[in-house]
Amino acid sequence: MAILEVEKLHKYFGKTEVLKGIDFSMEKGTVLSIIGSSGSGKTTLLRCLNFLETPDEGKILVNGEPIFDAADNKRANEKMLRMNRLHFGLVFQSFNLFPQYTIKRNLTLAAELLEKEKGADKSKLRTYLDQKAMELLGQVGLADRAEAYPCELSGGQQQRVAIARALMLNPDILCFDEPTSALDPELTGEVLRVIKGLKSTDSTMIIVTHEMNFAKNVSDVVMFIADGMIEEMGAPEDIFDNPKSPKLKNFLANSLELNI
Amino acid sequence: MSFLEVTLQLLDGFWKTLYIFGITLVLALPLGLIVTFGSMSKFTPLRWLSRTFVWIIRGTPLMLQIILVFFGPGLLFNWPSLAREVAVIIAFVINYACYFSEIYRGGIESIPQGQYEAGQVLGMTKTQVFFKVVLFQVIKRIIPPIGNEIITLVKDTSLARVIAVTELVKAAQDIVGLKAIIWPIFYVGAFYLLFCGLLTILFRFIEKKLNYYRG
Repeated sequence: MAILEVEKLHKYFGKTEVLKGIDFSMEKGTVLSIIGSSGSGKTTLLRCLNFLETPDEGKILVNGEPIFDAADNKRANEKMLRMNRLHFGLVFQSFNLFPQYTIKRNLTLAAELLEKEKGADKSKLRTYLDQKAMELLGQVGLADRAEAYPCELSGGQQQRVAIARALMLNPDILCFDEPTSALDPELTGEVLRVIKGLKSTDSTMIIVTHEMNFAKNVSDVVMFIADGMIEEMGAPEDIFDNPKSPKLKNFLANSLELNI
Repeated sequence: MSFLEVTLQLLDGFWKTLYIFGITLVLALPLGLIVTFGSMSKFTPLRWLSRTFVWIIRGTPLMLQIILVFFGPGLLFNWPSLAREVAVIIAFVINYACYFSEIYRGGIESIPQGQYEAGQVLGMTKTQVFFKVVLFQVIKRIIPPIGNEIITLVKDTSLARVIAVTELVKAAQDIVGLKAIIWPIFYVGAFYLLFCGLLTILFRFIEKKLNYYRG
């Protein structure tokens, strides 16, 4: 069964229609990359999935269960919205770590608040969360920086922390919004390697990216969005080596030009 | 008049200054936050009301406001007039709350949207995001302007004399007028300098403490 189904998603900003009916589904444990020129709507789609934007029309289902339906006019209350949101994790382009907390605290803060809400035992909770945080930091290669502050880390390291922070809450689907766009070229490699490493752990991921080679290597499915619609979707070999739509051909030609 | 006599008389005035200063600070700092929420509210009438209020308070002299609070109730509505100190404190608290509110607003609006979004996608409530993520960053950013405002408050307390509250400056002027000696004026200056100096050191210390991170 599909882990995520998106049906006829529309989003307007004022009178501009940014998403013009997005339909797709993805399987558990697969990696979906979304490519397209800026302004095409890829980031908006990702933000809709994370409820940072509210779609104007359409449905979102996770594991077959509807978690959003624009036609349902009784708006989800804040608690339900928060719980539905936790199906997704999001790694931002600009990391958005909390600067006043140590790296470890960046990981444990939200998890601790959620567990306390469920009434978890405080004393054991701290030890358990610290342990889990250290494990994840180890996984992204930053266990030795647990007590450092975000400002003491490079951009690439901060982004790796942000990935660990998102994993802390065990999201069903982990989303990346251009995770390397704010990084110096020599720092993108370490972040992409971490994402690639996650693929081997069977994580389900949606990656909005401008790194064409990376998208080709890491994805199971690639989606090309143009003008708020899915222009073409398929296996990476098909998308990159046999593009059918003229828009995609054009986009790829321009992207490759940049790789000179 | 001996140095000791002058000192004792000035200390009387200084306690009053300190009293106005302390109570104003304790009440105006939280009240300012409430005004901030008003002027940042999504509910337009409340926002306009708050912003108009801030405009009037910041747009008229504090001295005028003190006079109005003291004489207004009696002359407008025939109410019994307030104790002088109470009138002074009401005027000061309202005035400083409005200045603080604008500093808070600037601080809150300077926090990048990404901080709120990061908190939200991690399942935090809006309240949790404000208190656990944003507030501390706001405090760090507003310490310098708040320190500035607090040092201004020390000296603004001298306006209380306009309704004959004998604070530090009036205490000194009374001596000068009565005894025809000028040095208590310089002495009073030293009181202010010392007090503001201590505050400066305190704020520098707080800033340094909060400087353990950048951003």
